[in-house]
Amino acid sequence: MRSFTYERASSPAEAAAAASAEGAKFIAGGTNLLDLMKLEIETPTHLIDVNDLALDRIETTPEGGLRIGALVRNTDLAADERVRRDYGLLSRALLAGASGQLRNKATTAGNLLQRTRCPYFYDTNQPCNKRQPGSGCAAIGGFSRQHAVIGASEMCIATHPSDMAVAMRVLDATVETVRPDGTARSIPIAEFHRLPGDTPHVENALIPGELITAVTLPRPVGGTHIYHKVRDRASYAFALVSAGAIVQRDGTGHIALGGVAHKPWRVEAAEAELPRGAKAVAEQLLADAKPTQENAFKLPLVERTLAAVLAEART
Amino acid sequence: MRFDTPATTNPIDQLKIVGKPTDRIDGPLKTTGTAPYAYEWHDVVPNQAYGYVVGSAIAKGRIASIDLTKARAAPGVLAIVTAENAGKLGKGDWNTAKLLGGPDIQHYHQAIALVVAETFEQARAAAQLVRVDYIRAQGAFDLASAKDSAIVPDGATPDTAVGDFASAFASAPVELDATYTTPDQGHAMMEPHASIAAWDGDKLTLWTSNQMIAWSTGDMAKTLGIPKENIRLISPFIGGGFGGKLFVRSDAVLAVLGARAARRPVKVALARPFMFNNTTHRPATIQRIRIGATRDGKITAIGHESWSGDLPGGGPENAVQQTRLLYAGANRMTATRLAVLDLPEGNAMRAPGEAPGLMALEIAMDEMAEKLDIDPVEFRILNDTQVDPENPDRRFSQRQLVECLRIGAERFGWKTRGVRTGRVREGRWLIGVGVAAGFRNNLLTTSAARVRLDHRGVVTVETDMTDIGTGSYTIIAQTAAEMMGVPLDKVVVRLGDSIFPVSAGSGGQWGANNSTSGVYAACVKLREAVTQKLGFNSAEALFEDGNVRLGSRSVSLAEAAGEAGLVAEDAIEYGNLAKQYQQSTFAAHFVEVGVDVATREIRVRRMLAVCAAGRILNPKSARSQVIGAMTMGVGAALMEELAVDKRHGFFVNHDLAGYEVPVHADIPHQEVVFLDETDPISSPMKAKGVGELGLCGVGAAIANAVYNASGVRVRDYPVTLDKLLSGLPEI
Amino acid sequence: MTAAPSGANAQAGTGDMPSAVGEPAMSKVAITVNGEARELDLDTRTTLLDALREHLHLTGTKKGCDHGQCGACTVMVDGQRINSCLTLAVMHEGDTITTIEGLGAPQNLNAMQAAFVKHDGYQCGYCTPGQICSAVAVLDEIRAGIPSHVSGDLTATPQATVAELRERMSGNICRCGAYSNIVEAIAEVAGRPA
Ligand SMILES: Cc1cc2nc3c(=O)[nH]c(=O)nc-3n(C[C@H](O)[C@H](O)[C@H](O)COP(=O)(O)OP(=O)(O)OC[C@H]3O[C@@H](n4cnc5c(N)ncnc54)[C@H](O)[C@@H]3O)c2cc1C
Ligand code: SF4
Ligand code: FES
Ligand code: FES
Repeated sequence: MRSFTYERASSPAEAAAAASAEGAKFIAGGTNLLDLMKLEIETPTHLIDVNDLALDRIETTPEGGLRIGALVRNTDLAADERVRRDYGLLSRALLAGASGQLRNKATTAGNLLQRTRCPYFYDTNQPCNKRQPGSGCAAIGGFSRQHAVIGASEMCIATHPSDMAVAMRVLDATVETVRPDGTARSIPIAEFHRLPGDTPHVENALIPGELITAVTLPRPVGGTHIYHKVRDRASYAFALVSAGAIVQRDGTGHIALGGVAHKPWRVEAAEAELPRGAKAVAEQLLADAKPTQENAFKLPLVERTLAAVLAEART
Repeated sequence: MRFDTPATTNPIDQLKIVGKPTDRIDGPLKTTGTAPYAYEWHDVVPNQAYGYVVGSAIAKGRIASIDLTKARAAPGVLAIVTAENAGKLGKGDWNTAKLLGGPDIQHYHQAIALVVAETFEQARAAAQLVRVDYIRAQGAFDLASAKDSAIVPDGATPDTAVGDFASAFASAPVELDATYTTPDQGHAMMEPHASIAAWDGDKLTLWTSNQMIAWSTGDMAKTLGIPKENIRLISPFIGGGFGGKLFVRSDAVLAVLGARAARRPVKVALARPFMFNNTTHRPATIQRIRIGATRDGKITAIGHESWSGDLPGGGPENAVQQTRLLYAGANRMTATRLAVLDLPEGNAMRAPGEAPGLMALEIAMDEMAEKLDIDPVEFRILNDTQVDPENPDRRFSQRQLVECLRIGAERFGWKTRGVRTGRVREGRWLIGVGVAAGFRNNLLTTSAARVRLDHRGVVTVETDMTDIGTGSYTIIAQTAAEMMGVPLDKVVVRLGDSIFPVSAGSGGQWGANNSTSGVYAACVKLREAVTQKLGFNSAEALFEDGNVRLGSRSVSLAEAAGEAGLVAEDAIEYGNLAKQYQQSTFAAHFVEVGVDVATREIRVRRMLAVCAAGRILNPKSARSQVIGAMTMGVGAALMEELAVDKRHGFFVNHDLAGYEVPVHADIPHQEVVFLDETDPISSPMKAKGVGELGLCGVGAAIANAVYNASGVRVRDYPVTLDKLLSGLPEI
Repeated sequence: MTAAPSGANAQAGTGDMPSAVGEPAMSKVAITVNGEARELDLDTRTTLLDALREHLHLTGTKKGCDHGQCGACTVMVDGQRINSCLTLAVMHEGDTITTIEGLGAPQNLNAMQAAFVKHDGYQCGYCTPGQICSAVAVLDEIRAGIPSHVSGDLTATPQATVAELRERMSGNICRCGAYSNIVEAIAEVAGRPA
């Protein structure tokens, strides 16, 4: 870990302004950033601790939705009564992720911004376009059981590891930010995470120094909320494949996948197929899938996971 | 004390303390965080500096140049050790690869430098500034492709043959010929390898985390080229080893060299992401098993071949070992082959040989039972043998495998299982059960101890035996208490220090039986010293309640010891009972799993092990050994695999997020039954090992249960859901 | 609060040649550990775990992985369990920290520690302080009504069933495999049969 200076910001605007400096970075829960700093995958020279920013509240919006402060801990978000009642999918996704200890620290913003768990990204001896643009991608042709089956590029086949983000995608969340110049903006979750393309190191729509202040959810849509996470180990493991869904009585609904792409994978057109069953939905969702030999199993696994989700929704 | 005739009645048989479920005497230290582990000795020497290891970025080749300029200039840096400046180093007898590499590189993450700095943060940062230019060389990294180049390894019986296997197999009415694979596995003990080294002139003290004090003192001396008398190794608490800490590793050697270079004590712990490729692992195997039987299920031919790989000069995984002894059959063969692989060093991990060997053999037995349409429990019983099948004159000292299987089947409710696969369903789960035999040899080695009796009547045992979680402290205390007739709280046990008499150490499940036998021997001597001092006839004196009694005379041990105290030292040394009798431990594992109808996720629902392993010295800690091994077996069966990058030659998933071992949610309540057994052939303790037995066979029992649940036979471990997905019926 | 300016001149990004590591930035932090007020002047890079182990010599908290992957470093900060390896000490100004040493002592075990001894909920002992801290916090979390991955009904009040305990304890790896016994120990403290 390289040396860095440290400050605690006291207002969002001040934090954003400070973060536009070269080498500066926010730290929230620290559970992803410090992990990567120890390996010098992240090498900030200045850390701006945002934990004093009073962004740790969950409020009801005038539209009847929820505004979740960027610093709300994963545990608190999952345990919030309104979330449990109206956005069960989000609770479920959070509780399926990481461990109790990590969820106590992990924040809403940090969770969205966590970086891939690609093992080659984590090994600084290996080429990785995401870690070191232009160096190549060791995962292609290597050990790729965990990697993306869709939306990947020749530059990078990493997945986004967040469970929460999958739920946020199904829930049509909006990410609220403040930019270093002090202006605020709202970014629909669909536009927040990016596919790797030629620039796998650019993972989201934020500009340098842009601070997430909150994530808002539209008013609840009812339905059955399911988050189904598939993994070898029963807990404390990232998803091989996960599916977040809201299914209505009439069989319509919304669905997104985790563990298959560089971002939560949702294809609105595929949702029209929901009443026709898992196979039809999976075919649409994964129409352009290009798995590796090692992760081709994710295609049938997605279909089977969707089938389990739909079966659960019916009960 | 020489042990060359079977044990008769001795003070241990009183079983007032030995054999009773006893809380660990080190429990209060461990549960309060006050037991000191290797990296935690802040008070023993002042001015400790921090070392951080730099590992090779390539698997094979040479260092063309190494540039330390930036690292040296970094704040806080005190010294940097590399092969260039470390002086001449030897290699320990137990090491294959060098612990400090360069200029030649033998494997990925081989240590090539140690950066010593004032603080941990500074050492870690400066380590990143060491610049290395490599010349890569071609290496062999894939066992399957190297298999054909494998050769007959040196050393113990790579090939065995009895009768005429080939023709018996060819003419057997029912036969199986199947190939199984087990992957590379990591020990992943929770405490990383760690050491603190301090020099005082030419004398070295090393606080480390090591299972085998004497081996490692010797190997450290050899590595450094100094007399072993100049080295003191201290390792009283070890945060898990599983074979990974049998040897001196890079943390120890580099701490020692770092301390020499920095002229200060230096502490080094291996970073977790570095451990998997830097240290040793259980090598992958490819195993071919052939079994021929009569239609009524008698095995007539059994053959087991195993291929594994290691660095040049390394050894094979002895996966065929148990097949020589486990089942009857007149015609038999085994073969062990070794390929050269340039992966990190393969070496012992808990139950080396038997663990992966039984993972294969006990699936084969399940497959064979199915072909024969015989219950797999019955099939095993049908082929039991009470003698060494290669040498029928040699009986087993004890062999209750049949009892293990029968009692286990009864307890587990085996009869009610669904024989047809994929038929039992509970909600989203397909339920299946599986059985496997467990087998592990009982190994005998010399073990010494010193016992002191002081004027307060306190008995202090000193031996270089280690407690790696096995419960050594407690069983040694129980042994001494039983022998001397004192309560447990009058016994002090001091372990893991090279100034103490040399014990068996912890490995190969030999620790408990041998180390307590050594303590037994020393206590016999101490009893003699006491009776002699008191002028008692030693054969008739009774040691009870802190007193020695002879007839109406009774003297307290405190008084007998007097101000000066008494001390005795002895070792247990074995004659050739092990040659005359085959000594082994046995188990039957029963497992129930659920396989998710849709996603094929596998979860273990019930586990039972029935063990016959001689006298159980402390049923409480012995049970823990067995459930711990069963847990490791769940990992081996269902998730553990060091994924090899076959292009670049390293284990890719080299941290605890990537290399998944079981967590709480993977493990149900586990049941263990110990059969009442004493084995007088084994030792005066009449005990045998049990710490590895629990792992032997359990993986196959799980794999067989998965087959029973799902109808898909997986022969390549780990049995993961992706392997159950192909060729499945619709949901 | 800003840490003392440093000579740090390392650049962001991962160029081939990292520039020299700067002088450490030092920062003061005041924390309360096991009831005792402590003041430290630390390299900003120091994790809470290393502050405890290397600076305060409270070595009961263990380092198993240093990357949030094992739970051996679990401590309670203001009553909540966290992985002390993935948090900086300087981020804990004013916080109250409880480590294993704060729960009990060899002659004075607390209920959870005693239950671990009784049920042999450990072997090598290295994961044990983390397991115990986690276990204490888990029971609090259940009492506080925080749901888990295995809670059947999200809106119901969770109970300390063994399934709940196993899921909630899953962030604490025990390679010795003492899980079955650990759960029995916790269940006893929770007042339920395992
Ligand atoms: C062993 C392990 C297992 C895990 N398992 C899972 C899992 O199964 N599922 C899962 O979803 N996650 C998992 N996680 C990841 C965990 O959820 C993330 O580490 C966590 O959510 C990150 O949140 P944080 O607040 O700690 O982020 P930090 O580490 O503090 O920050 C992460 C990034 O976000 C930036 N950032 C933080 N706050 C803001 C803000 N307000 N505005 C702009 N930028 C900001 C930081 O600069 C940094 O780049 C696991 C982590 C570990 C270590
Ligand atoms: S998949 Fe992406 S993150 Fe992984 S090595 Fe390739 S470029 Fe790097
Ligand atoms: S040391 Fe912190 S989780 Fe492993
Ligand atoms: S007791 Fe050894 S890791 Fe848990």
